Amino acid sequence: MQTQLRHIKPGDWLTLILASVCITLITLELWNGELADKAIIRSGGKIFREIELSRDQQIQVPGPLGTSIITIEKRKVRITSDPSPRQYCVRQGWLQQSGEIAICLPNEVSVELTGGERKYDSLNY
Amino acid sequence: MTASTIKLDTTAEDHHIARMAAVALGLTVLENAIPSPLPGVKPGLANIVTLIVLARYGWRAAAWVSLLRVVAGSLLFGSFLAPGFFLSLAGATLSLLVLAFAQHLPKRWFGPVSHSIYAAFAHISGQMLVVYLWLIPHTGIAYLIPIFATAALVFGTVNGLIAARFMDNTKTTNKPVSENPS
Repeated sequence: MQTQLRHIKPGDWLTLILASVCITLITLELWNGELADKAIIRSGGKIFREIELSRDQQIQVPGPLGTSIITIEKRKVRITSDPSPRQYCVRQGWLQQSGEIAICLPNEVSVELTGGERKYDSLNY
Repeated sequence: MTASTIKLDTTAEDHHIARMAAVALGLTVLENAIPSPLPGVKPGLANIVTLIVLARYGWRAAAWVSLLRVVAGSLLFGSFLAPGFFLSLAGATLSLLVLAFAQHLPKRWFGPVSHSIYAAFAHISGQMLVVYLWLIPHTGIAYLIPIFATAALVFGTVNGLIAARFMDNTKTTNKPVSENPS
């Protein structure tokens, strides 16, 4: 290790530190999405309801397999229960950033967060 | 009837560049055997050769070695003129441009490690640019920048250290008495 460090000159350290700082700043900027203030609930591809996150509530959304229950609490949203067999959307847990989305595929129910300054959606890259 | 042969006049420098490009090519093949978690995140071992050539024989030779490696490598892997080829070409070109400036940094303070880091960042920038302008024109790819940038920093540092160490070793072994056999 000693011999390895010998090869890093003062300017190299400067480069390393500068690069690390840049990466940290970029990461914070890019990965810290804005908090969402609205949720779009879709059922069967059509918009079922658009709701503000300001009020805590539970919404029942009908789908082909049964009813999915979406909970809004403290400006966060989750799918509390869903008849889909694998429960992916339920296990996704709380969503709070703009662009986040939970989809219950067999039941054709999805909830997407928008508002704030919308940045990148989590589906595409 | 005499057999017609085509003879190219080659200099010792040509041979040297060809040899170095072959080494870089070997490293590229080796590297392709290593599985990568994300397409585009690769150690870039061939750049070690570019760095050494840059330090020893100057920028022109380094550019030859690097571009030969890209073209010959794509022929080996059958990706010549495919998207992957243009990605490597863009990365290699941009890092050569950056190295053209970086090599003039004061030698006392900046070594191969700095060169390597700058080149790695240039490499990934060139690739991201091609991806964005040509392959995936969606701002969503910005989401991947932190991953690529971190990989560039880590692999850039490691490659630079390897290059520095290699040059150090050959320097000391060429001397009659080695002062630091590590």
